Amino acid sequence: MKLYEHEAKTIFQKYEIPTPRGELRTSSSLVREVTAKLGVPVAIKAQILVSGRGKAGGIVFANSTQEAETAAKKLLGSEIKGVKVKEVLVEEKIVAKKELYFGITTDRAKCSYVAIASSEGGIDIEEVAAMMPERIVKFFIDSTYGFRSYHAYQIARKLGYVGSQLRDLATIFIKLYKIAMDYDAELVEINPLMETVDGRFVAADSRLLIDDNALYRHPEYKERLIHEAEIELSAQEIEAQKAGLAYVKLDGNIGIIGNGAGLVMATLDAVQFYGGRPANFLDVGGGASADMMASALNIVLSDPKVEVVFINILGGITRCDEVAKGILEAKKRIGFTKPIVIRLVGTNEEEGRRILTEAGIHFLDSMEEAAMKAVEIAKTGG
Amino acid sequence: MGVFVGKHTRAIVQGITGGQGSFHTRLMLDYGTQIVAGVTPMKGGAQVHGVPVYDTVEEAASKHKADASIIFVPAPFAAEAAFEAIEAGLKTIVIITEHIPVKDAIQVMARAKQAKAIVIGPNTPGIIAPNECKLGIMPAHVFRRGIVGVASRSGTLTYEIATGLSVSDLGQSTCIGLGGDPIVGLSFVDILKEFERDKQTKAVALIGEIGGNLEELATEYIAREGYSKPVAAFIAGRTAPSGKRMGHAGAIIMGRTGTARSKIEAFKKAGVDVAEKPRDVAKLLSERLGKKSISTRRNSEK
Repeated sequence: MKLYEHEAKTIFQKYEIPTPRGELRTSSSLVREVTAKLGVPVAIKAQILVSGRGKAGGIVFANSTQEAETAAKKLLGSEIKGVKVKEVLVEEKIVAKKELYFGITTDRAKCSYVAIASSEGGIDIEEVAAMMPERIVKFFIDSTYGFRSYHAYQIARKLGYVGSQLRDLATIFIKLYKIAMDYDAELVEINPLMETVDGRFVAADSRLLIDDNALYRHPEYKERLIHEAEIELSAQEIEAQKAGLAYVKLDGNIGIIGNGAGLVMATLDAVQFYGGRPANFLDVGGGASADMMASALNIVLSDPKVEVVFINILGGITRCDEVAKGILEAKKRIGFTKPIVIRLVGTNEEEGRRILTEAGIHFLDSMEEAAMKAVEIAKTGG
Repeated sequence: MGVFVGKHTRAIVQGITGGQGSFHTRLMLDYGTQIVAGVTPMKGGAQVHGVPVYDTVEEAASKHKADASIIFVPAPFAAEAAFEAIEAGLKTIVIITEHIPVKDAIQVMARAKQAKAIVIGPNTPGIIAPNECKLGIMPAHVFRRGIVGVASRSGTLTYEIATGLSVSDLGQSTCIGLGGDPIVGLSFVDILKEFERDKQTKAVALIGEIGGNLEELATEYIAREGYSKPVAAFIAGRTAPSGKRMGHAGAIIMGRTGTARSKIEAFKKAGVDVAEKPRDVAKLLSERLGKKSISTRRNSEK
């Protein structure tokens, strides 16, 4: 789960990481008020969960209360990268001498957390890694011993700092690590981490992603998750979430249902290979019941863009007879408004096929054959 | 003998009294796997399909000389179960459980490394050495004893590709599911090393997907070491958009990292055949093995 900038900053403040003075507002007149209180210049920042917000015009600087109000009026209610802006964070504008980067994330190959620092902040860290790898300091954290203060000092030294600045920077690193652990962060980063003209360090922006699988340890974000679902997800995605199905909306016209993430991805690829365009990813998971199969079909058929549905089931724990029953159940409940191509093999396949045959539903043996058939139907419009 | 497991493997089932645990214990027993004991705290003294149940792994492992464990414990308690198995001295730990927090998984892997134990998973279908040992939840009927070592990040897709290998008479030596999570115990490189040593394995199939860079690291290893056995790969997720989790927690493109294209290009650069469709894996390996046997024949004629 992604946290908003202001949510992450509230956590930063709790851990005493310096952030710019600022407040969250939802109307332009309130923005004007808070600007007067903070003093100009200010930064007005759209609170949205998409990356590249700055480049897309989501951050505006203002030199007067009037400018602030005008900017807020323009931002609030507008759409940035397809997401509606409902709140803005108004902050004192920090004059930076230098912009740094510091973040903590996981490293798959090393099976550990990794601290990443750079003297080149303010831009996408991946861009820095690609263009100037020598400007990146990486430290892999041994999970048995953790990230110690001298590790933080080592990193701050490598960025070229000494004296009290060395201590201040290292302290921020340690605190960010503590946040990463306490909040089960997949990623927590400060970008840019600004060095001010008078030598202080301020977290000008913040990003915090909480591991979805650890959310049960952070019940305070449960409400927040529902909120995120409402603004970020399509109707189908919300339905799928309720039904416990993994669904991702794509922009084609061939609806896809399968069992197992890898198989479904491979099914999308096969459809594209034969010249079709998948409308979605939907994994009914292992051991799917007839009921789940019916909800899956319901969700996919409710997407108006879908012209044909391709069901690809390889029964392992999932039983083909259950899948067949689910398909019939869906037919009974909602009717088949669109053509359906079915590939059904594996556990209890004879029984599953018998059920389908008796209901007059056609099925195919191979994934490739079925993919071709689905593409052909999508192209000719059934 | 398979890689990591074989006829000799003596396994316990943690979470044996749960629905999944009990169901798959029966299927593993049917396959001929030596399931010597089960563990569920507070259920000690019970029996599941004739398998004795203990309260702790320590008791179960020492009384029955177990050397492996398969874990079906729910996610919030799964890391604890893995720690217990590692501390009891078990050397092969299969974690079937999905949705384990990344922080927990990282700690488990660090502990396993210290104890020189191998962790398969989490979020894995497990491991199978056909006709010898099945420590997992995969459908047994798609596998057939043979010569291809399979390492995969997914479940059903593995069954799809394994079916292809079985039908084409190549079969599998050992089939290992790495797991669909971002942090898993084994990498493709770890498994490639095992298959290199394994006499039964004559070729290797790597089944990868978007997310992370385990595939890229495997290609570096293959190129650097001049891997001696033919390798074919399949990568799922060519059509996956960036920033979206495709079913598996680990199947996500983050910025520039983890695209199918990057993985496919890396494999091709390392001289590994990449299958366009799952069923092509068997075809590619048959061709490679066919050519190889012809070239060895020619060499021996000289």
